Amino acid sequence: MSRVRIPPVLRESVGGAREIEAAGDTVSALLDDLFGRYPALAERVTDDGELSHFINVYVNDRDVRYREGLSTPVAADDTVILLPAMAGGAR
Amino acid sequence: MVSAGDGANRIGLTMTSAVAEELMRHARRELPNEACALLSGSLAQGSATSVHPARNAEASPLRYNVDPEDLIRITYAIEDAGEDLVAIFHSHTHTPAVPSATDRRAAQYPDVFYVLATLADPSLPAASALRAWRIHGGQSFEVPLAVE
Repeated sequence: MSRVRIPPVLRESVGGAREIEAAGDTVSALLDDLFGRYPALAERVTDDGELSHFINVYVNDRDVRYREGLSTPVAADDTVILLPAMAGGAR
Repeated sequence: MVSAGDGANRIGLTMTSAVAEELMRHARRELPNEACALLSGSLAQGSATSVHPARNAEASPLRYNVDPEDLIRITYAIEDAGEDLVAIFHSHTHTPAVPSATDRRAAQYPDVFYVLATLADPSLPAASALRAWRIHGGQSFEVPLAVE
């Protein structure tokens, strides 16, 4: 099981927990496990069943966009964080 | 925590003039690109007391995206300090301090304030160049901003 840190903005969707555990050897598998157990979290961070473009996923503090995306491997002692992006702009 | 809703939309944001000036300095320093930062303090009191400048990963005059590494670092630094994330700041370089369609579509933090600065008129004092908003459900709602 890997450790998943839940930032304040998402805690309401996991019953207030700061950390939870999840199983999966890739980010994608781990998210499947997480979303199966926390449907409110899935609703908060997915669009049409896919992880929202506006959600950053980190493995050991590194954004998986700069690694292998949802295929990024996750080891049992890794820490995963989901964090909504802060983005926008004039146009 | 203040939850988003009609009531929350009426609650205003307060910041010191030092915080407002720091935001404007950060915005000017990042020109020609949009600047972004996180503000911390007490969300229950609607009070922003600290500025946490972040890198704009887009490095664009028209877009901002708080650098993902800065975002995670600052998010947990705020929590470790016993404070709340109170507001998300960004600048508009040539347009009013009003959330754009992009801002409304991308907003992911319905419980905090969004503070926008316009640099379109360099003569504007900070208190006039800054405006505060709530954004949720794809809509923006202006709230009172007090610079004290």
